[in-house]
Amino acid sequence: MSGELTDLGIAEIRDGFRAGDFTAREVAEAFNAAVATAKGLNAFIVETPEHALAAADAADQERSEGSVRPLSGVPLGIKDLFCTEGVQTTAASHMLEGFVPTYESTVTERLFVAGAGMLGKLNLDQFAMGSSNETSYFGNVVSPWRRNDGGNAPLAPGGSSGGSSAAVSARLAPGATGTDTGGSIRQPAAFTGISGIKPTYGRCSRWGVVAFASSLDQAGAMARDVKDCAIMLEAMAGFDPKDATSLDLPVPEWEANLSSDLKGKTIGIPKEYRVDNMPREIEALWERGIQLVKDAGANVIEVSLPHTKYALPTYYILAPAEASSNLARYDGVRYGLRDLPEGANLQDMYAATRADGFGAEVKRRILIGTYVLSAGFYDAYYTKAQKVRALIVRDFAQAFEKCDLLLTPTAPSAAFALGEKSDDPLAMYLNDVFTVPSSLAGLPAMSVPGGLDQSGLPLGLQVIGRPLDEQGVLNACLAIEERAGFTARPSEWW
Amino acid sequence: MSVDTNTVRKIASLARIAVSDGEVEAMTGELNNILGWVEQLGQVDTDGIEPLAAVIPNHLRLREDVITDGNIRDRVLANAPQAEHGFFAVPKVIE
Repeated sequence: MSGELTDLGIAEIRDGFRAGDFTAREVAEAFNAAVATAKGLNAFIVETPEHALAAADAADQERSEGSVRPLSGVPLGIKDLFCTEGVQTTAASHMLEGFVPTYESTVTERLFVAGAGMLGKLNLDQFAMGSSNETSYFGNVVSPWRRNDGGNAPLAPGGSSGGSSAAVSARLAPGATGTDTGGSIRQPAAFTGISGIKPTYGRCSRWGVVAFASSLDQAGAMARDVKDCAIMLEAMAGFDPKDATSLDLPVPEWEANLSSDLKGKTIGIPKEYRVDNMPREIEALWERGIQLVKDAGANVIEVSLPHTKYALPTYYILAPAEASSNLARYDGVRYGLRDLPEGANLQDMYAATRADGFGAEVKRRILIGTYVLSAGFYDAYYTKAQKVRALIVRDFAQAFEKCDLLLTPTAPSAAFALGEKSDDPLAMYLNDVFTVPSSLAGLPAMSVPGGLDQSGLPLGLQVIGRPLDEQGVLNACLAIEERAGFTARPSEWW
Repeated sequence: MSVDTNTVRKIASLARIAVSDGEVEAMTGELNNILGWVEQLGQVDTDGIEPLAAVIPNHLRLREDVITDGNIRDRVLANAPQAEHGFFAVPKVIE
């Protein structure tokens, strides 16, 4: 039975539980067992089977009394960037190793209030800085996917939400939370053949989420299909007075309003996304996506986003600048690591603690951020980047005068091998070329599986919408999902 | 603009990150690669463009002027590397 239960997605678990086909406890036990036997993926930093079982028992009890909640019976994986009360929260860093929050992040609280249980805390790139899950202090996450060349090279699950993507793809969890600053939900979703949505900036509260770049950070849902993402996001989103950038708007009924009929919709194809040296397979995937949305009734036009090529350099000024400011809080005084060399003074303690507690990529970004914010360079770098960001936002606004949604590939390639890009920060940054612009503009964007490449690895298509039009994004992705017929899944080797 | 090893040492000091000589050498090259790449923003005409800080229009709210938390000293101190007598403790600052 357990093999069958872990094959179910969020909607199937929710509905089957309500119908009495199985108990919540059976579901939790099945996923707990899958998690416990998947150590080879290194997807989890902490496993919390007792949390999943407690939520399941509460769900079974409530059902016997005739009441259910929106996510009753559904166990989820939680990215280890969300503070969870009483459960270690590390951001995959040595700095926060052993940090046990005394409070719950708003997003996880909402999920738990909705009845969900937690299977564990998922590995990620350290402080969410990375695109391959190779910067975690707790080791690389290995993608459950392998190339069909028989070589068995361990592949990157994408990043930063690589534990989330690996866990959902390997059926260790029916869904998982992610966070997205420049593509950290969408790129890992694309690499592992699952769906992932980053909503409009401000939809999900950032309260209790370990901060990376606050003007960009946004939580979202990762799951096996579009409907499951809609269900999960509905439970995660909503106004929170504890986050000054939280949007005070009602949460739409995204699931109830799902429709794959795109008649009357105009979908824009941004010509600047046809980057030099785009692999033929990515181009072919994009053409296929265009055909699929046409088949669903959409009108497809070409649009222009002239400042696209400047989005990545803009991001790699603004995100490190915000990170250098946000990560100043790790001082060895209030929480986290303290490194106090013999005879050290307070300043030495700060410097030793931060040298020991941060990994190489985190230090690199803090130093860049410190430099671009330093006296004499602030206007040339930081203010300049903020101005280019305004132009990138304007590009999108002008495109959305002509179309309702944009369709692009999610990433410029399929998953690469672990170690393939980790020596070259710039090559790694370029992986986010298609996801960063919409992050800079705060727009809702989603990746949905579009097909496989010649190596048998999944490729993702991205749909970007106007501010607050998660429904349009979900619907277009549903149309692609229904027509793409993507059923591939990694065969179990772990 | 490019950075030299002295600049990298100064940035690291501002960021309160201890660095070894070998790290300074390595980081100088890496930072110059990244800074050289981001300098392409100089090609963009941004005359008359206001810098953008908040991307989705939102208004800053006022809240009721009432106490909404407090009396959680032990929870605040729970993760401190060193807490004494209800305070965060640090190495002696004043001789």
